[in-house]
Amino acid sequence: MSVFDGFKFRRVYSPIHQLDPRVKFFYVLVMFVIAIMFNQLLPLILLFFIQLPFVFVAGVQREWVRSLRGALFFAIMIFLFNFVFQYFWTEYPLPPSPSLLEYSIAMTLRFIVLIESFSMFFLTTSPDHLGLALEQSHVPYEFCFAFTTAVRFVPVLAEEAQTIMDAQKARGLELERGNFIKKVKNYIPILIPLIVSAIRRSLELAEAMESRAWGATEKRTNLYVLRVKRGDYLLALISVLILIFAVYVWIFHREQIPLLTNFLAPLELTVTKIS
Amino acid sequence: MIAVKDVYFTYPNGVEALSGVSLAIRDGEFIAIMGQNGAGKTTLVKHINGLLKPTKGEVAVDGVSTRKVSVAKLSRKVGFVFQNPDHQLFCETVEDEVAFALRNFGFKEQLIKKRVTWALSLLNLTRYRQTSPFMLSGGERKRVALASVLAWNPDIVILDEPTIGQDYQQKEKLRQFIVQLNTQGKTVIIVTHDVEFVAECNPHVILMAQGKIVAEGGAKETLTNRDLVTQAFIVPPQVSQIFFELSDLKLPTNVIDVYDARKVLLDRLEVSS
Repeated sequence: MSVFDGFKFRRVYSPIHQLDPRVKFFYVLVMFVIAIMFNQLLPLILLFFIQLPFVFVAGVQREWVRSLRGALFFAIMIFLFNFVFQYFWTEYPLPPSPSLLEYSIAMTLRFIVLIESFSMFFLTTSPDHLGLALEQSHVPYEFCFAFTTAVRFVPVLAEEAQTIMDAQKARGLELERGNFIKKVKNYIPILIPLIVSAIRRSLELAEAMESRAWGATEKRTNLYVLRVKRGDYLLALISVLILIFAVYVWIFHREQIPLLTNFLAPLELTVTKIS
Repeated sequence: MIAVKDVYFTYPNGVEALSGVSLAIRDGEFIAIMGQNGAGKTTLVKHINGLLKPTKGEVAVDGVSTRKVSVAKLSRKVGFVFQNPDHQLFCETVEDEVAFALRNFGFKEQLIKKRVTWALSLLNLTRYRQTSPFMLSGGERKRVALASVLAWNPDIVILDEPTIGQDYQQKEKLRQFIVQLNTQGKTVIIVTHDVEFVAECNPHVILMAQGKIVAEGGAKETLTNRDLVTQAFIVPPQVSQIFFELSDLKLPTNVIDVYDARKVLLDRLEVSS
């Protein structure tokens, strides 16, 4: 569950938590786009460090580290796949060289940057705010409601999954037994009750809502309304500046971004000289 | 023999659910664990089949610490029926559902067939053998869950809230069934809020409050003791309540069920006439 813990909102207050979710989402999108634009290591390292101040201001370091740790497995997979497949299965195979290593690390870091920014967003945005933001962005209320409900039920489902696991373990199920296929099969007795009860719960929720006049008024008003404040303008400005800079570099200097291996090359030379 | 020695348990979220629980359950005992919500009843019984390991202290089943064996292995001895049957039903037929645990334990197919037949007839489910468990009513699903545990004939049976969602008739059947299990020599542990049910079963009662055992003893002495019952936030059986209220009449107040009450009242009538 550690991956999900890195995305679970905790009710604390910091300047980052107070920001408008729409602006925060714009910032995340900017990070996302830039991460996809570049496949060199240097800009991705920069991108990784740009986000650290936000994490510390928000005071969510511990959860943030946990989300990164949860993503570790996938990060390693991405690294290995890039390294191995670039070598064997491409039209222009790169020999296993420092530059291939650098490319694989860059691809892994791209993934980590994406996880980093999304986890930042979800760690500091309450589901209620998110729902409000969607609503004020003119997304139909049904969708907003479905979305916030889904988010809100994640912890409930996680708890239920734990109970189901306990119940099946008490009937002699050993999740860790057998080879890979057997291990996947071991999860069937957990998934089926989980899905069935989720469906049953959603039907019950629908009935309960309809019996409390859900959707009776055409035009809903909200108790809280999101307003864009000074901090939000600042973040939007920073995001736009970063984006403009990135696009500028991408258009005019894309080819000149140095490989980090080039910096290391002189070192290597001296090493060979000595030996 | 279950030995719980000075067990403390804290959930990962920091809630201390058990704070210093010690308990010895002999083979063949019939125990009811009672207390308000959050008193630590379910947490305690989850220690007995090893689903939870104590933060401090030790739980041993037949002399073996639960820390040293897997839940699956321990389950062979300790059958645990969960509160909500929907948390375990997943097979296409009731037959497969009951056979699930037996397959996990590596029973031979022939023996599985025999055991399933036995368990289904025990709980009056034979006609649903080929039915999907999802098509059954709530009470029937509960019985399927019970059958799926009893099928491997564990020495110790733990039932978490067995009476929830059962009508009076089913409850009465369940009571007879539990008592029958106990007379066959099984250790039976029930976790429940249902005082009336406990009063009729007459087990050894353990009262819990705030992660501690506040009292234990026979059903009659614990459930009719006004102080203990208040301490554990339990409402005594209705018959007992009447006799509490009638204490002015100098009637005994330790009346637990209707038969008791009848005896007390008849005695009184005899004296006065």
